[in-house]
Amino acid sequence: MRLDLAHIQRWINPGSRVLDLGCGNGEFLQMLQEKHQVDGLGLEIDPDDITKAISRGLNIVEQNLDKGLANFPDQSFDTVVMAHALQAVHYPDRVLDEMLRIGRQCVVTFPNFGHWRCRLSLGAHGRMPVSKSMPFSWYDTPNIHFCTVQDFEQLCHDKGIKILEREMVGNTKRKPLLASSWPNLFATTAIYHITR
Amino acid sequence: MGLVTPQRAHFEEPLTLACGRPLANYELIYETYGELNSNKSNAILICHALSGHHHAAGIHREDDKRPGWWDECIGPGKPIDTKRFFVVSLNNLGGCHGSTGPTSINPATGKAWGPDFPILRARDWVHSQARLADRLGIDCWAAVIGGSLGGMQAMRWSLEYPDRVKHCVAIASAMKLSAQNIAFNEIARQAILSDPGFAEGYYLENNSVPDKGLGLARMVGHITYLSDDAMARKFGRSLRTGTLETGTDDSIEFQVESYLRYQGSQFSESFDANTYILMTRALDYFDLAREYGDDPVAAFAHANCSFLVLSFSTDWRFSPARSREIVNALIAAGRPVSYAEIEANEGHDAFLLPIPRYLDVFSAYMQRVGDEL
Repeated sequence: MRLDLAHIQRWINPGSRVLDLGCGNGEFLQMLQEKHQVDGLGLEIDPDDITKAISRGLNIVEQNLDKGLANFPDQSFDTVVMAHALQAVHYPDRVLDEMLRIGRQCVVTFPNFGHWRCRLSLGAHGRMPVSKSMPFSWYDTPNIHFCTVQDFEQLCHDKGIKILEREMVGNTKRKPLLASSWPNLFATTAIYHITR
Repeated sequence: MGLVTPQRAHFEEPLTLACGRPLANYELIYETYGELNSNKSNAILICHALSGHHHAAGIHREDDKRPGWWDECIGPGKPIDTKRFFVVSLNNLGGCHGSTGPTSINPATGKAWGPDFPILRARDWVHSQARLADRLGIDCWAAVIGGSLGGMQAMRWSLEYPDRVKHCVAIASAMKLSAQNIAFNEIARQAILSDPGFAEGYYLENNSVPDKGLGLARMVGHITYLSDDAMARKFGRSLRTGTLETGTDDSIEFQVESYLRYQGSQFSESFDANTYILMTRALDYFDLAREYGDDPVAAFAHANCSFLVLSFSTDWRFSPARSREIVNALIAAGRPVSYAEIEANEGHDAFLLPIPRYLDVFSAYMQRVGDEL
């Protein structure tokens, strides 16, 4: 499992209602359902992922996050999760507002564009970064809204979003010392537990 | 599915209908596919749409040209896998394929019911289906499944008998018809009513046939079941004979006319006009949430089952927007729901066709239904 997903489950209460935005093939939601008995619902737009997730026995609704989440009542979920999708939506700020309206708490993970490799690529080579985890060229990529750890925290500050906890994932599987000390430079993935 | 043989169940206990009139006794014709397991937990009910009937899968005779109407989805290895499930498919009350309906004899008069057959609502079908379930020893359906008007019955099941349904599958359906949708049904009815052969519904006694009217009704309906795209690809502007420059002397000019007339005449040979009126009325009046303060969320709060909702991108008779309304109400009611909008060119008819993504999603969900047995 992706490291960011392994971290998130600590913040999920057993038996709670979880909405997973951009749930992919449902691997994470299935784990939450099996290990933490959550009552889960996943939203996804990729047809193959939807079929795979449904075949895992999950409840999956085909819905485009860019068309809004107005069909979800206020505070109708305990936790709303969006893993690695913030950078792919048209209006990340509006999606965050909607997540915090629907869920009592939210978990957001995103790739940190402030990571030194990204800076090196752009600063020294003058090229947009392409990596193993983000193997797309700038002109053909689902990732249209990259941000850094600092950018995200600034947005939370501006919007009055409370950061309950954060976790940083670095390049190594061991305790990412550099990533937690200087996240904006060394975290590859940032994980935020937020509320309003 | 191979050869299947319809069965009949006779019911003597009167059924009080939504209109207030009792039906003293009645008969339902049905087919079953697959084996009922020992704890009777693997039963699936198929609810048919406007012009459907009990013969959903398999063939009746070796030389049958076409199998049942939903053979694409029912059978070994198909979404509704008869290796796992025991499938029950009936002809609804008021139908014209063997269940008690307008062509049956009214015991009070000794003549065919004709237009005097009691008005029916989807819930009447649901209650009669529940009696069939009792007869077969089925306490709880693993799933109740239907497309279009069949999906309406499946949803009604989830509210009328919440403890007798584990999963509800509503395909290309709606919680109620729009004005436009009712309008198409009204044109169909007017076509029948204005046929002199209809004789105010007493055509059986009158020895006349409202075949022109019924055929016309079907032609209108058929157009609404197809998409603009599907018709363009199937017929385009081709003529049967002659050229577009000179026209043709043929009484049928464009290919699409020929197709519609064929559909109309085939239908009028195999369907009863009074049944058509009865069924379209049941469609028009269906309103899932009416008795729940017109609040679909309050309605679905009564359900106990999980739901699968499917729609098709070019279906304009039961559009994806109608299915989304169902899904949104279920989400707000906190019911488990899965939803997929299938990209398909075939319009409303898509629910009967072997569209790969449709069959994949449907199979994936039914896999889960089977795993929960």
